[in-house]
Amino acid sequence: MPNLPTSIDETQALFEGTGYVCGRALATVAYLSLKLGRPLFLEGEAGVGKTEVAKALAEALGRRLIRLQCYEGLDAAQAVYDWNYPAQMIEIRLAEAGGTADRDYLADELFSERFLTRRPLLEAMEPQPGGPPVLLIDELDRTDEPFEAFLLEALSDFQVTVPELGTIKAEEPPIVIITSNRTREIHDALKRRCLYHWVDYPDAERELAILAARAPEVSRKLSEEVVGFVQRLRTEDLFKRPGVAETIDWAKCLVALDALELDQDLVSSTLGALLKYQDDIARFRDSQANKVLDEVKQAMTGAAAGTAAGAA
Amino acid sequence: MRPKIAIPDDGRLAANILHFARALRAAGLPVGSGRVVLAVRAVGVGGFERRQDFYHTLAACFVSRPEQRAVFDQCFHMFWRDPQILEKMMSLVLPELRTPPTEREKQAGEDRAAAGLTHGLDIPPPPRAEAEREEVVYDAALTFSSQETLNSRDFEQMTAAEAAEAKRAIAGLRLPARPIPSRRKIADLRGQIADWRRTMRAAMRNGGDIRVLARRRRRQRWPALVALVDISGSMAAYSRVLLQFLHAVANQPGHGWSAVHAFTFGTRLTNVTRHLRARDADEALSRAGAEAQDWEGGTRIGACLEAFNKDWSRRVLGQGAVVLMITDGLDRDDPKRLAREAERLHLSARQVIWLNPLLRWDGFEARAQGVKALLPHVDSFRPVHNIDSLEALAEALGRPDDGGEKARLLAAGKEAA
Repeated sequence: MPNLPTSIDETQALFEGTGYVCGRALATVAYLSLKLGRPLFLEGEAGVGKTEVAKALAEALGRRLIRLQCYEGLDAAQAVYDWNYPAQMIEIRLAEAGGTADRDYLADELFSERFLTRRPLLEAMEPQPGGPPVLLIDELDRTDEPFEAFLLEALSDFQVTVPELGTIKAEEPPIVIITSNRTREIHDALKRRCLYHWVDYPDAERELAILAARAPEVSRKLSEEVVGFVQRLRTEDLFKRPGVAETIDWAKCLVALDALELDQDLVSSTLGALLKYQDDIARFRDSQANKVLDEVKQAMTGAAAGTAAGAA
Repeated sequence: MRPKIAIPDDGRLAANILHFARALRAAGLPVGSGRVVLAVRAVGVGGFERRQDFYHTLAACFVSRPEQRAVFDQCFHMFWRDPQILEKMMSLVLPELRTPPTEREKQAGEDRAAAGLTHGLDIPPPPRAEAEREEVVYDAALTFSSQETLNSRDFEQMTAAEAAEAKRAIAGLRLPARPIPSRRKIADLRGQIADWRRTMRAAMRNGGDIRVLARRRRRQRWPALVALVDISGSMAAYSRVLLQFLHAVANQPGHGWSAVHAFTFGTRLTNVTRHLRARDADEALSRAGAEAQDWEGGTRIGACLEAFNKDWSRRVLGQGAVVLMITDGLDRDDPKRLAREAERLHLSARQVIWLNPLLRWDGFEARAQGVKALLPHVDSFRPVHNIDSLEALAEALGRPDDGGEKARLLAAGKEAA
């Protein structure tokens, strides 16, 4: 089991070992979060790799990843624990049939750990093989304020209370990573307890490195074209700009179609992998896509000529 | 590892971080003392080899929203070059804080006063040709009880005294939210969903005997209200009153809305939500007025809706928000763009209600191109020109299928075509 990193460089190397290409800023924040035991709050557009941070961290540290996907109306029964009611009912019937149905026996039996269904938050508080787990609270913005307030309490003491069993406290606090797509503003009280990091779209160089790590089957030339195209697309006037996840998807689509380089037909028939809104696709499909493609190609041949000249 | 940045000798680093935090606070970042303690600890554990690491560490501790990054950036580079710069920097930062422009508000007040003296005669007529003031039953109306007259009088034709009166009436208006079912549940004797947990607990008390099934029902939750208010010249007489109305809605206790967001638009979109929180309505309006620079200018509805869709819709329209769009729909931009953005808005919101003061004229038809473009993409189309219509709006919000005048105008439009 790898130990916690002892410097920012080590953190960066740790991430890169799992194929997650990570900038200096993210490495710094992740290192501090591990060192200080503070939750890491990651905010950014959809598809920039927020969730991947948690996955990579869990993999790199050899810890278990426990994921709590948030949604509107998420409550304690789904987030912390629940009782297994059908099994409890059968237990009552069995006790009746066996004639052992006295009150104290049932009280002890029915609400014991045997019938407890553990949900992510409770699980994260319990010791796991390999050390404290990585708790990923994904898309916190989808849930509502009452749950946020509850989380605030759970995350400040790293303990949850099950009335029938008592308080369960984490011996070693889990590594907490919270992500938000910013469909609403998360309350400052929660953010205050976390280290905040805004995950931006990567620049061309880093995106190329990400693509090489995540989709090694894509040829160098195609990768460069794909990244050039996507980078250029992000400067366009779009309702939803494509994230890194879309870049990887698109590159994989192109490989599946045995493409060696981008051309106009290919771009317009696979645009759905990049743009997810009909208005964006409609606006982009015909003229603009070709224009962008030409620009990207030109820039690439220009760069290639430049390096060739430099080499000569 | 010692940091290689220009930091004064031992013991001073914590003090400097504290000073830096104060500088950030002066620049408007919400930095509490808890954050400062966190930052000092973070800097303590970080083995910094580069200035960049130090920067990222402080950013992680002091920044909590993306828009704060630019301010932080500037403060950081100025402060850590020369920590003595605090005073200098504060004097640089402070002039950027906006002070409410009192002259402007006064001017508007003067206009209003003049209008009052001449009984509203020299207020420019509404841009529609058929707007020939049929309410010249003006003097006769004075025989009604004053409250009744006030309720049906058009905002545009109010005298200063009436406007003041209306202001008071509006402060008392309510706009109740219609709750939507949540996925959360609450105990309820007659609920439809079995509550196994309470059932089992009750059974425990009876020695394992299940006698009654505990029940629960879905809890209700409250949507957010998002208002887009047109403040262009053609809406001048209405936009202030309607912002006043929104202020009343946003500040009334127990109004139900989980949040009230307000935006103004003319030639550009401005978020005035923060200003509506000021307790005093006049104060709120003058602050909003200072923020929105395009007061009583032209209209570019399409462009403003596009800006809203791009920058704000994903942040304020989540979880079932209701949109109130307050505009006369008179727009000279490309109607195709307007239709496209209106459609996008309609697809992202649970309900879009268009309030149009021009709809008060009986002969109103969807002839203007902006109106034609917008109309198919709203759920409800209602007039908003006097206090009665605002009261009717409150009532209409309670009915889910209320379409206002939309169906009639769409049908009329088709007939004409």
